[in-house]
Amino acid sequence: MAESKYNQTLPSGIQIAQGAQDPAHDTDDLWDDSRVTVNIGPTHPAMHGALRMAAKLNGETIEKSYCEFGYTHRAKEKLGENRTYHNFIVYTDRLNYCSALMNNVIYAMSVEKLMGVEVPERCIWLRMVCCELARVIDHLICIGINAVDLGAFSFFLYGFHQREEAYTLIEKLCGARLTTSYSRIGGMMADAPEGFEKELKSWIARTRKVIDEMDELLTTNKIWRNRTEGVCVFDREMCMKYSYTGPNARAAGIDLDLRRDQPVMFYKDVEFDVPVAQNGDVNSRYMVRLEEIRQSLNILSQVADKMKPGPIWSEDKRIRIPDKDVVHNTMEGLIHHFKFFMTGFQVPVGEAYTQFEASNGEMGFYIVSKGGPHAHRMRIRGPSVWHYQGLSPMVEGEKIADMVAGIGSINIIAGELDR
Amino acid sequence: MSQNTLSPIATNGGDLWAKFGETWKSQIEALKQQFGERIEEVKLPSEYPTDVPIVYVKKEAIIDALGFARSTLEYGFLSDLTATDEESEPRFELVYNLFSHTKFTRIRFKTRVRENEECPTLVNLWPGANWQEREVFDMFGVRFTGHPDLRRILMDERWVGHPLRKDYPLRGYQVFTEAQHIHTELLE
Repeated sequence: MAESKYNQTLPSGIQIAQGAQDPAHDTDDLWDDSRVTVNIGPTHPAMHGALRMAAKLNGETIEKSYCEFGYTHRAKEKLGENRTYHNFIVYTDRLNYCSALMNNVIYAMSVEKLMGVEVPERCIWLRMVCCELARVIDHLICIGINAVDLGAFSFFLYGFHQREEAYTLIEKLCGARLTTSYSRIGGMMADAPEGFEKELKSWIARTRKVIDEMDELLTTNKIWRNRTEGVCVFDREMCMKYSYTGPNARAAGIDLDLRRDQPVMFYKDVEFDVPVAQNGDVNSRYMVRLEEIRQSLNILSQVADKMKPGPIWSEDKRIRIPDKDVVHNTMEGLIHHFKFFMTGFQVPVGEAYTQFEASNGEMGFYIVSKGGPHAHRMRIRGPSVWHYQGLSPMVEGEKIADMVAGIGSINIIAGELDR
Repeated sequence: MSQNTLSPIATNGGDLWAKFGETWKSQIEALKQQFGERIEEVKLPSEYPTDVPIVYVKKEAIIDALGFARSTLEYGFLSDLTATDEESEPRFELVYNLFSHTKFTRIRFKTRVRENEECPTLVNLWPGANWQEREVFDMFGVRFTGHPDLRRILMDERWVGHPLRKDYPLRGYQVFTEAQHIHTELLE
C-alpha cells in the first residue's frame, strides 16, 4: 500500500491512487486522479424522467460524459402518420406533460394553418389563457424541482400549491388536470364555465403573492447563489450553436421571444416584458423563469379582462364537430358525427412548420400532408432534445452536484425529449 | 404580390409572403447566383402550399448552401433537422428548417438522398445537429459522412430496422435480454 501523504493510518483496503502526490491536484480529495466511470440514470431521482448519463469522473469532477435517452419513446411521430389529425390531439398532451394545454394549442394551430381555418375571437383568447397558464405551471415545476434537487423544499411546495390550484382551474375548463386535450382543430372542446375569469383573476392575485414570497426565499439566499452562480454556464455563442431557445437562451443574452417577435393569436394586443439575463448560468435561468411567471400572470389578467362571450368554434364545415343536440336529434348530424370521427377530415396537400414559444423554448410541428386524413410526416420539434444535447458540454469540468443543478435548470421533460 | 396558397390567417402567423416575400426573393436570387445549378428547385409560397420557401439543393452542395445561408443570409439558427420518406426515388428528403433572429424570417432547405447513399454532416456548422442526424439515421437509415458518432439514439442500439420508414410496421417488438452497455470509448 502506498504511503499516505497525510501521515495517517488509513483503514485497511484503501489505497492511494498513483497520481495523488502531485501538488497540482486537489489535496483534500482522497480519490483524486482515480478515474471512475459512473452511470447516472435512467432511474435516478435527480434525473428528470428516464434519462441516462454516463460520466467519467476524476474524483468528483465530471471529465467527460455522454447522455442517452429514449427510455420513454412512444413512437409519436409514427403514430402521427397512422392516426387521424383529430385522434392525434390526445398524443400531444403527453409531449410536454407539464404544460399539456400549450401542446394542444400549438398542434391545433399547426393543422389550422395547413387548412386555412380561422377560429373566432373567444377561442383565441381562451387559447392564450391556456398557453400562459401552462407556461406558469411549467415554470413553477422547473424552478421548484431545480430547488428541490439542491435542497430547498419549501420553495418547491409553495410553487406546487399554486400548481394544485391551477389544476382546479384547468379541471373547470376541460375536466382533466394533466392530460387535458382541450383544443380541437377549429375550436375548443368546450367553453370556459361561468365565472371562470373571476376565478382566474383571484388565482392570479394569490400566485403573485406566492411568487414574491418564493422570490424572497431563494433569490438573495447565500447558499442558493453559491450553488447556482457560475454553475453550468452556457454562453450566447454555445446557445446559438446548439439551437437553444426559450428561457435557456434568454438567460444567456439572446433576446428572442417568439411571442413578441413572431406574434400569433392576440399577443400583439397584450403588453408584457421579456426578461433577458446575461450570464447563462443556473442562477440566470432561474431568474429568467421567475420573472417570466410574473409576466405571464400579467398577460393572463389582461386576457381575462379582454375576453368577451362569443362562439368558440369556427363554422368551417370541414372541421366543425357537430353539437351534441344536433347529433342526437337529427339524422344528418349523426351521420356527420360518425364520418368525422371514423374517417377523419381531409387536409389539403401542403406542408408547414408551425412554431410557438412554449415554456421550454421553440416548440414546433412540421406537418407534411399529401391529402387524406392522415399526415404523411408529423414531426415534433421538441425543445428538450436540443437542450439535453447541450448538457454534456455544459457539465464538463463541473462536479456531480453541479450537474444536478444544471440538469434541473434546463428543464428537460422526458415526454418531449423521447416523444 | 400573390398571396400564399396556404390561405394565411392573421392570428396564426399572418401572410408571410406579403411580409417577407421581397426578402425571400432576394435571398433566393443570392443563392442561385452563388450555387447556380446545384439548386435543383425552389418552391415559393405563392405557387406551392407551403408557409416558407423551400429550396431543394443537391446533396453535395447542401452543406455549402447552409453555410452560405448562415453567413450571408443571416440564418443563424437551425430550428430543425429531419427527414421524410417519399416512397419514390430518391427515397428520402432531408429537411433543414432555418430561422433568422435578426430578420425573423424562416426558410426550408431540402435535399434528396437515395436509399443507400450518404449525406454530408452538418455538425461542423452547427454542433446541435449531432443528435438530430443520429435521429434521422435511427429512424430512416440515412447515414452521414463525417459524423463523429453515428449510432442509434431513440431506439436500442441493437434494434434492427428503421422505424419511420413507410414499410416499417406500426406494431411489433424486439426483445433484448441484457441492458445496453456504456460505451467507454466515448468517455476517453
